[in-house]
Amino acid sequence: MAGKALLDIKGVETYYGNIRALNGVDVSVDEGEIVALIGANGAGKSTLMMTIFGTPRARSGSIVFNGTDITQMPTHEIARLRIAQSPEGRRIFPRMTVMENLQMGASLDNLKYYDEDVEKVFHLFPRLKERIGQRGGTLSGGEQQMLSIGRALMARPKLLLLDEPSLGLAPLIVKQIFDAIRELNRTQGLTVFLVEQNAFGALKLATRGYVMVNGNVTMSGSGAELLANPEIRAAYLEGGRH
Amino acid sequence: MQYFIQQLINGLTLGSIYGLIAIGYTMVYGIIGMINFAHGDIFMIGAFIALIVFLALTSLFYSVPVVIALLIMMIVAMLMTSLYNWTIEKVAYRPLRGSFRLAPLITAIGMSIALSNFVQVTQGPRNKPIPQMVSRVYEIGGISISLKQIIIVVVTAVLLTLFWYLVNKTSLGRAQRACEQDRKMAALLGIDVDRTISITFIMGASLAAVAGTLFLMYYGVVSFSDGFVPGVKAFTAAVLGGIGSLPGAVLGGLLIGFIESMWSAYFSIDYKDVAAFSILAIVLIFLPSGILGRPEVEKV
Ligand SMILES: Nc1ncnc2c1ncn2[C@@H]1O[C@H](COP(=O)(O)OP(=O)(O)OP(=O)(O)O)[C@@H](O)[C@H]1O
Ligand SMILES: [Mg+2]
Repeated sequence: MAGKALLDIKGVETYYGNIRALNGVDVSVDEGEIVALIGANGAGKSTLMMTIFGTPRARSGSIVFNGTDITQMPTHEIARLRIAQSPEGRRIFPRMTVMENLQMGASLDNLKYYDEDVEKVFHLFPRLKERIGQRGGTLSGGEQQMLSIGRALMARPKLLLLDEPSLGLAPLIVKQIFDAIRELNRTQGLTVFLVEQNAFGALKLATRGYVMVNGNVTMSGSGAELLANPEIRAAYLEGGRH
Repeated sequence: MQYFIQQLINGLTLGSIYGLIAIGYTMVYGIIGMINFAHGDIFMIGAFIALIVFLALTSLFYSVPVVIALLIMMIVAMLMTSLYNWTIEKVAYRPLRGSFRLAPLITAIGMSIALSNFVQVTQGPRNKPIPQMVSRVYEIGGISISLKQIIIVVVTAVLLTLFWYLVNKTSLGRAQRACEQDRKMAALLGIDVDRTISITFIMGASLAAVAGTLFLMYYGVVSFSDGFVPGVKAFTAAVLGGIGSLPGAVLGGLLIGFIESMWSAYFSIDYKDVAAFSILAIVLIFLPSGILGRPEVEKV
């Protein structure tokens, strides 16, 4: 693989009360990679994304980011190491404007690079520029998705976590977002770890992929390998969006 | 008409004090969804600290300009009540975050009793008077406005402006609003949620301390039990305006002040508190989320 592991997840178990949602997950993401995580509903993908941020906390195992053990680190300190997430459900601040939501994304640097970075976000999602003064809660689902990704980018992340970036978006916008991710990866070396229902698109975009079933990683390989795998084709691709 | 305007001015004065206290209730509710019943006692402690500072100043110096004295009283009261409220949050409320909903409420009621008893024991149960600090009264067209009233309204207006700016235009205020709307997401963006909540308690306490100082200057007396009735009225004001809404707290405070002064002027001074609470009950029947509160339904 290219470079050293930026994110190294080893043997992570996460519980909701007494119910185990992750059963010893091993995942690693190298610097400069795009890694996709696919799996059925309820497999534990979003749980893994949130466990990286310590909410919920892993009950056992370890999560190392850029050489620092973050398994027990407070959530906001993990964010300050420049991991950004566009989480499941988008979590836009509903009573803040689009601009304020983006400013929240830039709070790590106290808006130092806000003007410069917001132009890049508007370049990716011109629609957000038109909606700059609108309250987040009144945006359409797709607009909220763009805002959520834009807000994550405003943090100047080393590692970008995206939980179903294509959810609820028109195919043309999905293509734009995937193109944008590829572009950020290529030009700025941004490392991306994404969860997708759109397995075909995600595996085509990704350098590598993991497949999660019932809280376990059952398969991994390069995007092309997984795409060619008959089991995966049957479970996640046939009849899906191509 | 003159009489009416006179009552309006009295109501505005009272309402300013209620509004300043109400903000503390509404902000804390907004950010952690709990009614901090000890807030009225924080206000009372603010008044006591102002009293102690006043006594210290007058015994140390032969004469102190009133403006300077008031300013020192306010600042010391703000610092001390902030320390109290910060400690209370950290010791009594934070450990209960995430436990069942009634736990912090019960603790807050306990805190309220503890604080007023503490003051009762350390300062004595009797009313503590101070000499009149400001006595000038202006007569304008048959209406009398005291300098005390002008000070109260001006100080409140200045503070509310600063406060509005802080909440709406600074990164601290933005972080506070973010925590209010989605604490987990705020943390994912690097906001220290615990620290933001602490700051909210400090801000609420500071405003209550100013209200306490103004209360002491206006009435010239304070007792350990003075946290209760103004506290409940300010809480009523916050609910009336729409709990969680900052403009609502100010509006609610003013309304309660007006209702109280009009009722005492035109009906009976005995039932002024009943009047304020009856209006609250009526408003809540027709506007369950208060005047400026947001209805519960929301997209997202
Ligand atoms: N807060 C919670 N409390 C209890 N159980 C939860 C909670 N969140 C998730 N779960 C459970 O944990 C399991 C994994 O959920 P998770 O959201 O991680 O799945 P997912 O792979 O992201 O699914 P989807 O593709 O539908 O988003 C599910 O069985 C879910 O019901
Ligand atoms: Mg999910």
